[in-house]
Amino acid sequence: MAQNQGGMAAIFLDEQKTVAAAIRCRESGLKKFDAISPYPIHAMEEAIGIKRSPLPYVAFVGGLVGMVVGLAFTIWTSAYDWPINVGGKPFVSLPAFIPIVFELTILFSALSSLSAFAWFCRLPKIDPPMIDPDLSSHKFAIYVPSDDHGYDANKLEQMFKELGAVEVKKVAVY
Amino acid sequence: MILKRKQLVLGDKTLKDISDDICAPVESFPGKGWVIMFLGAITLLLFYLMILGYIIAKGMGLLGVNHPNGWGTMIITFVFWIGIGHAGTLISAVLFLFRQKWRTSVARTAEAMTVFAVMTAGLFPLLHTGRPWLDLWLFPYPNQRGPLWVNFRSPLLWDVFAVSTYATVSICFWYIGMVPDFATIKDRAKNKVRRMIYGALSLGWRGTARNWSHYEMLYLLLAGLSTPLVLSVHTIVSFDFAVATLPGWHTTIFPPYFVAGAIFSGFAMVVTLMTLVRIGFPAFKDYITIDHMEVMNKIIMTTGLLVGYAYASEFFIAWYSGNIYERYVFINRAFGPYGWSYWIMIACNTIIPQIFWFRRFRRSIPVMFVVSIFVNIGMWFERYVITITSLHRDFLPSSWGNYAWSFYDAAVLFGSFGLFLTLFLLYLRVFPAVSIAEVKPVLNVGRDDGGHH
Repeated sequence: MAQNQGGMAAIFLDEQKTVAAAIRCRESGLKKFDAISPYPIHAMEEAIGIKRSPLPYVAFVGGLVGMVVGLAFTIWTSAYDWPINVGGKPFVSLPAFIPIVFELTILFSALSSLSAFAWFCRLPKIDPPMIDPDLSSHKFAIYVPSDDHGYDANKLEQMFKELGAVEVKKVAVY
Repeated sequence: MILKRKQLVLGDKTLKDISDDICAPVESFPGKGWVIMFLGAITLLLFYLMILGYIIAKGMGLLGVNHPNGWGTMIITFVFWIGIGHAGTLISAVLFLFRQKWRTSVARTAEAMTVFAVMTAGLFPLLHTGRPWLDLWLFPYPNQRGPLWVNFRSPLLWDVFAVSTYATVSICFWYIGMVPDFATIKDRAKNKVRRMIYGALSLGWRGTARNWSHYEMLYLLLAGLSTPLVLSVHTIVSFDFAVATLPGWHTTIFPPYFVAGAIFSGFAMVVTLMTLVRIGFPAFKDYITIDHMEVMNKIIMTTGLLVGYAYASEFFIAWYSGNIYERYVFINRAFGPYGWSYWIMIACNTIIPQIFWFRRFRRSIPVMFVVSIFVNIGMWFERYVITITSLHRDFLPSSWGNYAWSFYDAAVLFGSFGLFLTLFLLYLRVFPAVSIAEVKPVLNVGRDDGGHH
């Protein structure tokens, strides 16, 4: 995504109007624009055309790795590295290893999805640029970076005003 | 007749009102009530730390644990606190998967309760080892003794993995839920220090639609992972008992019975805390409404019946099995030297919550507060009954003996509340106690103009 370059931001007070503006932006050929809202808006993903997050694949692979690690580690330590006879149980006592394998599956899956989330969202970010402090409280915004396809400051300003934006401003850095 | 949905947020709030209301405790100086409670809690915590220090220095012999009661207050109270944690995950994860919109306003605080309860619980087994400075031996790490590995066939080790995974995933889930709200507090901050602290906590969250899309997916995944996790944790805790061959412990009913009991006790603790939060922060009454409390009371009643069923079924099986040791343990449990604790458990857990069949009592704050306290007491006694009555008389009468309850047993039990309450009271002042970003989308639920949500 566009970093450290200017663009145009339109601020709205209403969820529906923001979604409508996002739909108009997409229709007019813009591709890199984004919406900023204090809470997730479900119609927005479709309006902007955001693809489904790939996080479930990460979670699945992470869980799989956790399972294999859990199995390999319990079997290797209990049956190969230092086999100890505990109560006459077999060295590879799979049923007894299941709780460990299960917990490691969950742990690896959760931590890998968390890391992947941070990676996809480029978090943590120190001192992120801010368009308006109310965007995390009760206002909504559409932001269009200046290198987007068919970016025209005047035309955009006109369009956002028509769509009911309360404020349209140029943003130097976002 | 059309059943109308109840409003989840009362008082015709706007989006800004929600941010203002929920951030208010974080942004203002605490009132007298909070300060008094905090001083009480922290005094109890200091007392607890002193007692724990003394127990570490002197040894576990200060507690009543001795042959044949090798497990005592520490294990009982560990299971008690871990169980309490379960309701938080149930509200935040399981109800999320079931798309229960009412959960939004209680989820944050319930999840906080989970994290603090697990922290409080986690100390007990670590101290119960008697040599807590060697607790690192619980984890399989390459060492110079062979390397000598831990015994992966032991339920106690399963517990190490279950509880530490549960603590880790719960903290992640709780923290991720708070990230957007930290950003809200940061953006509202007029004070530089607050801005810096909450800016760091918010990880630089900006709330772009692309980030929200990943965020919601992560939240769903963590909820999906926490759900089997929470069921596994108390199942594994019950294995600590059930895998042993001791009559009274060695039963297959333990996993579901423990999970139901955990949810039961946890919801009681949520109700206890929520009634207090509603008194302490009157503005939250619009978010944590009487309808929320009523739903939780229904869950308490239902899980109370489940637990009652488990008690009855245990007795039936003890008789039906034809095993004389099993039969003796259960008769002894109800009519032996610890019969009083058994009947406290029965009264608090299965009889008293039945008052919630009446709508009037389900919706009465004083009634639910008192009932929730009784359930908390009853559920502590459940673990007392399971642990002590099974251990104190097993196969050979020559090895029987009662638990030598000492001052230190009482001190660690009450002191642990000091740790929990101190953390919880600090949380109420430092973190947003209701999820701001989750309440806003349900604002219109049940409102006449926009109930299509």
